[in-house]
Amino acid sequence: MSRRLRQYLPAAAIFVCVLAGWELVVRAFSVKQFLLPAPSAIVGALLEHRDELGAAAASTLYEAVGGFAIGGVAAIAVALATARWTTARSALMPFAIAANSVPIIAFAPIMNNWFGVLNPLSKMMVVAVLVFFPIMINTVRGLTLVDPASLELMRSYAASELGILLRLRIPNSLPFVLTALKVSATLALIGAIVAEYFGGAQSVLGQYIITEAAFFRFANAWAAVVVASAASIAFFVIILALERLAIPWHASARSPDA
Amino acid sequence: MAARAFAARRRVSGALERSRALEASTVVSLSAVHKVFAEGERRTVALEGIELDIARGSFVSLIGPSGCGKSTLLRLIGDLTPTTSGTITVNGKSAHLARLARDYGIVFQAPVLFDWRSVQRNVELPLELGRLPQAERARRAAEMLALVELDGFERHYPWQLSGGMQQRVAIARALSFEPALLLMDEPFGALDEMSRERLNLQLLRVWQKTGTTVVFVTHSIPEAVFLSTHVVVMSPRPGRIVDIIDVDLPQPRNDLTREDPRYFGLVTRVRESLRRRDTHATTDAS
Repeated sequence: MSRRLRQYLPAAAIFVCVLAGWELVVRAFSVKQFLLPAPSAIVGALLEHRDELGAAAASTLYEAVGGFAIGGVAAIAVALATARWTTARSALMPFAIAANSVPIIAFAPIMNNWFGVLNPLSKMMVVAVLVFFPIMINTVRGLTLVDPASLELMRSYAASELGILLRLRIPNSLPFVLTALKVSATLALIGAIVAEYFGGAQSVLGQYIITEAAFFRFANAWAAVVVASAASIAFFVIILALERLAIPWHASARSPDA
Repeated sequence: MAARAFAARRRVSGALERSRALEASTVVSLSAVHKVFAEGERRTVALEGIELDIARGSFVSLIGPSGCGKSTLLRLIGDLTPTTSGTITVNGKSAHLARLARDYGIVFQAPVLFDWRSVQRNVELPLELGRLPQAERARRAAEMLALVELDGFERHYPWQLSGGMQQRVAIARALSFEPALLLMDEPFGALDEMSRERLNLQLLRVWQKTGTTVVFVTHSIPEAVFLSTHVVVMSPRPGRIVDIIDVDLPQPRNDLTREDPRYFGLVTRVRESLRRRDTHATTDAS
């Protein structure tokens, strides 16, 4: 345990130093609060508006997680279909890879129009489309990048396509899928907040940040950014825990003492 | 299909025939087998005119320099590659039907274990595909792991084992469903000499206990002689069988076998047989 602690010590020290430096610079040069509020001011705002911020974070997380679930399930379903039907894969993959480089967030106003600005579904759909392509591409990769010798082994046992899918392709894809899920967890929160900038219910992080900034209450806006970061990290950590549970055999999840 | 008796069927001089094989049937029979790899304009004749009968219970090694088609021949028997022409019969069926009937277990040079399965679940894999009930699967896995002296490692994962141990798991898996035929493609090629010798002894014990027929691809002359009842010597370009050497060293074989003068004699015979065919080509058998 003490070794663990010592391992994290440098990072913690840097964190504290940066905060202290920030606070010092703001005080020493009396930086205007609309340029950069001091950490102490941000923490104050955080405590003062904790109820409001908590409600906003809950709404935004609801959109992010909902969209993540819709996009993730759809992506994995499509990936399984394309892994099964090679023709579907060769027809779809070029578009998927092209679509993956499109800035999906640009569709946010259109989604607002389609599903209603105040409807959380409009933000969920932005998130869903945003996470769809990375998850789908990685899942297809995991299902198809199978050791040829493993495939021959399964052939030698006269395994059916379904048997190969269940016993070889799907387990093989899990590390790929979970890596994509980890990336997409962060992406989901970014997508939700940016989509909220284009309009949405008042009690969401994106709208909160825009409103507070408009009224020059920058400490409040910064507090909302801190809450958004915390939510994003929490989401990521949950997926990380899921990874440890799902693929304890994989190198990324093996404990060093094994 | 009734098992045919092949005792009288000798195609190659010194064909696979021994007193032990006399009353036994043939497990593998190859006749006029050709294999051509076509890559666009280029055609490579990998195997030409292969005639070979393998008697039940025998241990046959295929040896030859790289590119002689020994691995290809093994893959043809296992129906992992189609033949260009000729017939292959395994257990009285075509190679294709034999594969679908799960008549053989295969061990590659790499262990090819699934990282996400424990040792026991790896050994159970073919049994699962054969839809055996859970209790029976566990019983057979335990039996096979004991046979390769890996009892106690059931719950380990492949990456927690050494290369030699992983290969033993692969052997246990290949034998778990009691196939008539065991195909081995340079299974110990990636191991150090000491592990290889230990595994050779262990493989012979397993072979004797199970009575399986083994076809074993190797490029090690001493290994071929030590393990086999018959050594099939092959030459490259095009891949052909040039000699079949009966190895009549006493069974069971052990460390003393390696010191037997007859053993050295046979090693020399195989080496000369390989060299005779290589006067015009360079040999890279190592």
